[in-house]
Amino acid sequence: MPKTKIRAVAATGNLSTGFREESLVRAVEQGASFVGCDAGTTDSGPYYLGSGKPRGPREGVKRNLRLVLREALKAGIPVIVGSAGHAGGRPHLEWTLEIVRELAREHDWHFKLAAIDSEIDKDVLADAFNRGEITPLSPAPPLDDRAIRHAERFVAMMGIEPIQQALTAGAQVVIGGRCSDLAIYAALPVLREIPKSVAFHAGKILECGAASAAQRLYPDCMVAELDQDGFTVEPPNPAIRCTPQSVAAHALYENADPYRLVESGGDLDTTDAKYEAVGESAVRVTGSRFTPSNKYTVRIEGATLVGYRSIVIAGIRDPLVLRQLDTFLSTLRPVIERKVSDSMKLSADAYSLNFRVYGRNGTLGDLEQVSEAGHEVGLIIDVVAATQSVAADIIPIASHTGLHHPIPEHEGLISNLAYPFSPGGIDAGPVYSFCINHVWELTEPCKPFATKMEVL
Amino acid sequence: MRELWQFTKLIRSKNAGPFELTFDIMFKSRESFNDVLKSEALTPKAIARLYRVDVKQVKFFVVEQLLTIKISIPRRVFSGDVGDTDIYGGQFHSPLVRLPVKD
Repeated sequence: MPKTKIRAVAATGNLSTGFREESLVRAVEQGASFVGCDAGTTDSGPYYLGSGKPRGPREGVKRNLRLVLREALKAGIPVIVGSAGHAGGRPHLEWTLEIVRELAREHDWHFKLAAIDSEIDKDVLADAFNRGEITPLSPAPPLDDRAIRHAERFVAMMGIEPIQQALTAGAQVVIGGRCSDLAIYAALPVLREIPKSVAFHAGKILECGAASAAQRLYPDCMVAELDQDGFTVEPPNPAIRCTPQSVAAHALYENADPYRLVESGGDLDTTDAKYEAVGESAVRVTGSRFTPSNKYTVRIEGATLVGYRSIVIAGIRDPLVLRQLDTFLSTLRPVIERKVSDSMKLSADAYSLNFRVYGRNGTLGDLEQVSEAGHEVGLIIDVVAATQSVAADIIPIASHTGLHHPIPEHEGLISNLAYPFSPGGIDAGPVYSFCINHVWELTEPCKPFATKMEVL
Repeated sequence: MRELWQFTKLIRSKNAGPFELTFDIMFKSRESFNDVLKSEALTPKAIARLYRVDVKQVKFFVVEQLLTIKISIPRRVFSGDVGDTDIYGGQFHSPLVRLPVKD
């Protein structure tokens, strides 16, 4: 029976948000096996994946990477970063690698760096689709060969295997493209014979850094010590405490199912997990199970360009307009559409025109049940069209039409919308949509993930 | 008649990926947990009605150990789509906060 204990350090929940320097120093000094950090999510929408832009701030990511690398290199332990640059595509990975290289140059650090590319070329994905290897989850947008070729970018979410391969090849710093949050923390322990049930459950608790604490005062580090039977999670910062309740509750966060997490290679089942307090601030977790799956699949993420957005923000305060707001807006729409058609020769189906009314149902849309309106509302006229210049041209038509749109109680020309800015229109840039919620069945877990080694 | 928030210590919603929403409703005590379960204010049917989804699409979990009810539903508008109002899904829990609970 192997006696290995692994101490996994999560630097923080997201590489761009940060942590206390003294927490990381203490966590590594207490004897760490590796430092991991998640750098991405789909939570902030499809823009980052679609555009290829990373989410910064770059200086923040650089500060956090500098501290992680400094401490890990001093201790001679690996660093594992997953979902680089927020979306984990090729430009996001390259952006992160450039920061790592810059730090190595500035500090005269030398190490073996592995970069794991998780971007999937459209031809490769289309071929896999046509071979029947891509199957939908629920709910999923419709997908066909054309939709794949029309999309901007796809990434596959790697499991533990590509990270393990990089570590086995001697990488000290592993920067991964899109990656399962849990795999960042499970890869090395599983390589050192920690059971997957323990490693993946610890990964779930670690992936948000200090979020599994009773009160997350600020983003910070978290540590788990893993052995054959379970793991003990403890914040290195003495101001933060974990309780059995807080750790168990974190297993629910952002998962559709409280007991079952589907990972590449199998399912983590926490139905019978036990959470016990150890001392003041640590929690011992045992009893989860891992059931290997028959097929090895990876989740695919992709984004398609939908158009370009321009908006204008206005306030409405006149009680006579407010009491007939639905009619005001529903009669305004065809007047705008007519003017756009007359002056730009654009039919209404060539763009989207959306009135977002804050103070009425701006947040919940048609799910809003409260009907009483306040003394004012905020209106966003939201236009998405095929190009930025078309969207930008529709905005003054819409805003000027809205400004003077009449109501029966006021005779003569009236101004019904209060615009706070000049110019009123704001170009919000390209708009993408997530175009795939499917998994790809692989014969070999590392196959789509090309790894490049580099000696710095 | 009381409202759901009077029984709970946390009512939250969040994306579970871009295509699903998940709600965590954590109760103050076993008593309030049992009261709400008994009242049938929170059922798959009630969620289906509030969020305009098919009742068969509502995943409903009673997590005894944590005195929590967890519910997941598909997003009718996927995160970031042109008509989306809440990219993170963080305010979709609001209709639940003042949900009437029969004593």
